[in-house]
Amino acid sequence: MGLGPRTLEKLRRAVGRDHVVWDAYDLVIFERDASITGALPDAIVYPANAEEVAAVLEIAAEQQLPVVPRGAGTGLSGGAVTLHGGLALSLARFRRIIEIDPKGRTALVEPGVVNYDLGLEAARHGLFYAPDPSSQKACTIGGNAAENSGGPHCLYYGVTTNHILGMEVVLSDGSVHWVGGEDPDQPGLDLLGVLVGSEGTLAVITKLRVKLLPTPEAVSTLMAAFPSIESASKAVSDVIGHGIVPAALEMMDKVTIGAVEAHYKAGYPTSAGAVLLVEVDGLTESARELTAAIEQILEMDEAFEIRVAEDPAERELLWAGRKGAIGALGHIKPNYYLHDGVVPRTRLPEVLREVGRIGEHYRLPVANVFHAGDGNLHPNILFDLREKGIMKKVEKAGEEMLRACIDAGGTLSGEHGIGLEKNAFMPWIFGPDDLAAMQAVKDVLDPSGRLNPGKIFPPAGQIEPKLIARSGVASEARWW
Amino acid sequence: MAIDVRRAAVFHGPDAPSDDDLATCVHCGLCLNYCPTYRVTGLETESPRGRLYLMTQWTRGGLPFTRDLARHLDLCLGCRTCEAVCPSGVPYGRIIEHGRAELERVRKVDAKRTTATIVMRQVLKHPGRLRTLGALMRLAQAAGLTSLSAQGRQLPKLSEPFKPPAGNVARALGPTRFKVAFLTGCVMPILYARSHEASVQLLQVAGCEVHFPAAQRCCGALFAHNGDLKSARGLREHNERVFASDDYDFLVVNSAGCSSHLKDFYDGVGERTRDLFEFLAEVGLPPPRHEVRARVTYQDPCHLAHAQRIKRQPRELLSSVPGVELVEMPHADICCGSAGLYSALEPEMSRRILDEKMDSVLSVAPEQVVTANPGCQMQLEAGLKSRGRTDIPVRHAAELIAEAYF
Repeated sequence: MGLGPRTLEKLRRAVGRDHVVWDAYDLVIFERDASITGALPDAIVYPANAEEVAAVLEIAAEQQLPVVPRGAGTGLSGGAVTLHGGLALSLARFRRIIEIDPKGRTALVEPGVVNYDLGLEAARHGLFYAPDPSSQKACTIGGNAAENSGGPHCLYYGVTTNHILGMEVVLSDGSVHWVGGEDPDQPGLDLLGVLVGSEGTLAVITKLRVKLLPTPEAVSTLMAAFPSIESASKAVSDVIGHGIVPAALEMMDKVTIGAVEAHYKAGYPTSAGAVLLVEVDGLTESARELTAAIEQILEMDEAFEIRVAEDPAERELLWAGRKGAIGALGHIKPNYYLHDGVVPRTRLPEVLREVGRIGEHYRLPVANVFHAGDGNLHPNILFDLREKGIMKKVEKAGEEMLRACIDAGGTLSGEHGIGLEKNAFMPWIFGPDDLAAMQAVKDVLDPSGRLNPGKIFPPAGQIEPKLIARSGVASEARWW
Repeated sequence: MAIDVRRAAVFHGPDAPSDDDLATCVHCGLCLNYCPTYRVTGLETESPRGRLYLMTQWTRGGLPFTRDLARHLDLCLGCRTCEAVCPSGVPYGRIIEHGRAELERVRKVDAKRTTATIVMRQVLKHPGRLRTLGALMRLAQAAGLTSLSAQGRQLPKLSEPFKPPAGNVARALGPTRFKVAFLTGCVMPILYARSHEASVQLLQVAGCEVHFPAAQRCCGALFAHNGDLKSARGLREHNERVFASDDYDFLVVNSAGCSSHLKDFYDGVGERTRDLFEFLAEVGLPPPRHEVRARVTYQDPCHLAHAQRIKRQPRELLSSVPGVELVEMPHADICCGSAGLYSALEPEMSRRILDEKMDSVLSVAPEQVVTANPGCQMQLEAGLKSRGRTDIPVRHAAELIAEAYF
């Protein structure tokens, strides 16, 4: 049992000598993803194809080792953190776009392909891949599928699961399977739907067939400034209430606007209490009509300034503010804890008020920048990691904000996943029967529970989350 | 495998990276796909996020220092692409320079790096010795001696070195609009005299009276990039005095690594420093006089595109020349693997990166490759030579633009 020299030798034979790393110092870099939790793996393996992944999983099965798949490590819920040690299975060598089928409008890709790179390649054929997480320039298609990632444009186009047609996966016993196929509508049980969003707890993805869409003929982006969060929230509900579903509908609050304007000069009025960014796309005619209709609704809802981007450069600038918002907040405090909760659109104002109150209570600055169209909140708690005892406060505030979402009839996560960030809160929204049903699925696909253990399902006992501490390393990681 | 976390910090000298700088990294990973060494290895230890994490451990006392770990810092090109894409504004360039300074302090002797430092200190700092070396190299090339070593083969064919005009002033063509100083630099006059001539011609066309202060020396960028901050400081202080001695409107620099270093570190002079293309785009050139027929691709020097965020200006100037067809290669702003002394110190990684670069260059079938930094120029020349494509010349973009006027 465990990871002795003989197991390491087997792993090296399976994936090549250079592709197994266990030097304690290399492991440190793998103790974290982009979340604020961490724990060390025992070794990192870098397989290059499904056969090697299968071999690694077989060895892990023999030795009863946990296995945690990892893409670019940009996840925000601790999905790639090796909570119980074992093997970190990096998919960094799966970087090939195997095929783009411009006629069938699909692509066959390896899981380590970066979301943005797929977009670039698709653009050469007049196509695009719709899910666009804010980390799209680094995150991978495999990771997106594992977390069922969203993004600003998922309001109209749907989240990742709507864009995956089929996947090659390896189960924990080392068997390789194809689920789904070339077409969106497959007969039989929707196993693909089960696997997308399973956060690496059911299978390791080794290939994906994804849907590509034709690049829209016209795109129109407008910025609208409102006196308050309330008036902007009402406008969001009204736009969607009129039966208009824009491609994207994003909101930024006063704190965010201030930070963005100080660094990007995107042209958001600093006197505004909230700014909305609305984008519509489609045929030139319909985009124009929709923009006019939206403008009218926003004006009725107290928008005091509306600017429609005149050219691609102006559109880029409007978006630069939104996409760079989180980084701009780094100038207020060096660290942030980006939370992810969902509320019914109509309850946005009251929940945002509560979020503000919680921040004040803990004396932590909070900035909101989020996908308003889906009611997908992203409160950013800003802090300095080096402040003593700060992590406990940050964690507590985050939990209360999430509770406020649930109390308003919302849910735990819009797009970041549950991971080990929120698994303890799963009983807030699922009863024992629901959780037992999910566990039954897990038991069929991963009977020994070695694939990404400690994620999604609530921990049996009270386990302290392994938050990063002052030194920047996980405070309670196994090795120490 | 137990690690003593309470061990004292490795990085604690006066030039150690600042904890405030390191704290700005939020570990989001957005830098990964932009890092040339991560792109070719797929290893997070060879990524900006990984390197920052290691430096953080060394600064805060998390991990002891080992030789193997030093490799991860050594393999960084210092291209600062990560800095340009970082949403949190991590000052990576400053951190890695300080990290390297500390590395040189704590690590045991490394023959290759020691030799490089000695050569830098003994030659680059002294304009006279540089000229002598250049003359010797020309003789060696004429006698066919340089082709005996790999490094020697990498050198471009040397012609007469660049010499400033009599009185160290070149007059404006037409009315004088600006009085500018020109950084002649250390290796540029010897390796690429034509780049300087063309740059000066363009400045004259733009209405500049160009001065070449005789006392100027190497700007110190190469020293700073390789962990010798003390020498860099000495050169900076010297040059600050030289360039402050007259009322120049601007200090114009045609080598990206140097202009970036001047802007980042030179007091007073830094604010008046302009990259050549940044300056020309700002003040404007008269309409071109000749057509220059060429299919050209432009390689962004990292210290121009990332350290100074100058990408648009050189492209606009090139496109304004009638007859020039500017074709974008994929990932034009990703490093070519030259990175100053890197190609000599880390030849294997440098070659892997250059190989990807050559695929990109050749994919757009250019007749010429242009760039704006001597290191990139040398590296690209070596790459094309290795692919047997010496028919494609690599030039400073100024040379091509100047053809439209002379």
